[in-house]
Amino acid sequence: MGTYRDQGIVLRTYKLGETDRIVHLLTQGRGKVRAVAKGVRRPGSRFGGRLEPYSHVDLQLYEGRNLDIVNQAELLAPHAAIRADYATSAAAAVMTELTDAVAQEGERDNALFLLLRAGLQALDAGPGDPAVFVDAFLLRAASVVGFHVFTDACAVCRTPGRHVFLSVKAGGALCADCAPPGTRAVDTRVIDAVATFSRGGEWSALPGLAREAPAARATAASYARAFAEHHLDRRFKAYDAVPRP
Amino acid sequence: MYEGAIQDLIDELGRLPGVGPKSAQRIAFHLMQAEPADARRLADAITTVKDTVRFCARCFNVSEAEHCRICQDQRRDGTLLCVVEEARDVQAIERTREFRGRYHVLGGAISPIDGVGPDELHIAELIRRLDDEPVEELILATNPNVEGEATASYLSRLLEHLGVRVTRLASGLPVGGDLDYADEVTLGRAFSGRRELGA
Repeated sequence: MGTYRDQGIVLRTYKLGETDRIVHLLTQGRGKVRAVAKGVRRPGSRFGGRLEPYSHVDLQLYEGRNLDIVNQAELLAPHAAIRADYATSAAAAVMTELTDAVAQEGERDNALFLLLRAGLQALDAGPGDPAVFVDAFLLRAASVVGFHVFTDACAVCRTPGRHVFLSVKAGGALCADCAPPGTRAVDTRVIDAVATFSRGGEWSALPGLAREAPAARATAASYARAFAEHHLDRRFKAYDAVPRP
Repeated sequence: MYEGAIQDLIDELGRLPGVGPKSAQRIAFHLMQAEPADARRLADAITTVKDTVRFCARCFNVSEAEHCRICQDQRRDGTLLCVVEEARDVQAIERTREFRGRYHVLGGAISPIDGVGPDELHIAELIRRLDDEPVEELILATNPNVEGEATASYLSRLLEHLGVRVTRLASGLPVGGDLDYADEVTLGRAFSGRRELGA
């Protein structure tokens, strides 16, 4: 046991005793880390302001038996604009709630770290339409942990093409032959919206794409939630707090 | 494990926040060795609190009557209303002796990640108070953390059309602290909230 240095994103915090906090972090090198930050709830704390949720920090930690201890923290990106607005704060809460649930302690997951950092940067860049970033994050995070949604081929028989039957359980679009009887076909724009949400890439383009087809976007958003909750086997408490257009 | 009354007392004390099994045992033995009158006074204080103390019907501060001492005080400025998360925040602000208005206790803060939304707080009652009382300025004194900021942002958006001036407590450097040790977020806020000297 000794000290180590890593950068991480604060996922959530819990009060501990009179002035301490337990901080859940997603670090770049060690996966999820749970650490005690001593005295951070005191007004004069050296690094209390740096360990608020959504902050991206450079940390020095002391390895403990159960919980590590934060020795030093330097801010890399405060993401303060997220916390200043209710809608973006609620959207970021969904992202960190999901990450906290799927990240494993001691298992490095750089893809998840980069995805969360990109999602928070997108929210920090401006208020706009934070819900669309949540929809994209749900599908992209599910993909990172092994549940990629099929939109360019049938999720069952893998026949390429734009199929219009959507299934949560099967993992994406289904062709007419594989779709169970009674499955309702959706507009191709819904499939396009799901594909855009799940595809890695530019976050800044998402609000514009969502504005073009609001009805398709709403259906795709419901699908993204159902897909993530079914395959990750969790309900996300913060989801309903995110204001939707 | 002890038996009978002493173990019951240890179990009950162990349910209190911040009291572990060892501390519960130490307090129980302290009470056992204390004067009977001291132990009875403690028991009486606990039952009296449970029997008589409730929440103020107007501001949700702790009170022994229908309305708390601050709501009943006619010398208080009814045009200023300070919104806080918990009743203990009222005491923290009262200790400053800077504020002569009234309070509204929300009973917590919005925390999406914990499933606490606006409906779980006394926000509807706050809106009713703004209709019924001559409030001109609403001071949002929620904690400067992620939950407090989310609550302040939600309230400011909700109240922007009501014609009430909405302000937020300033954030900045602690008195007696060193600039060198201040974190970037706090120092940044101190800069953005700077004011003219002598103003």
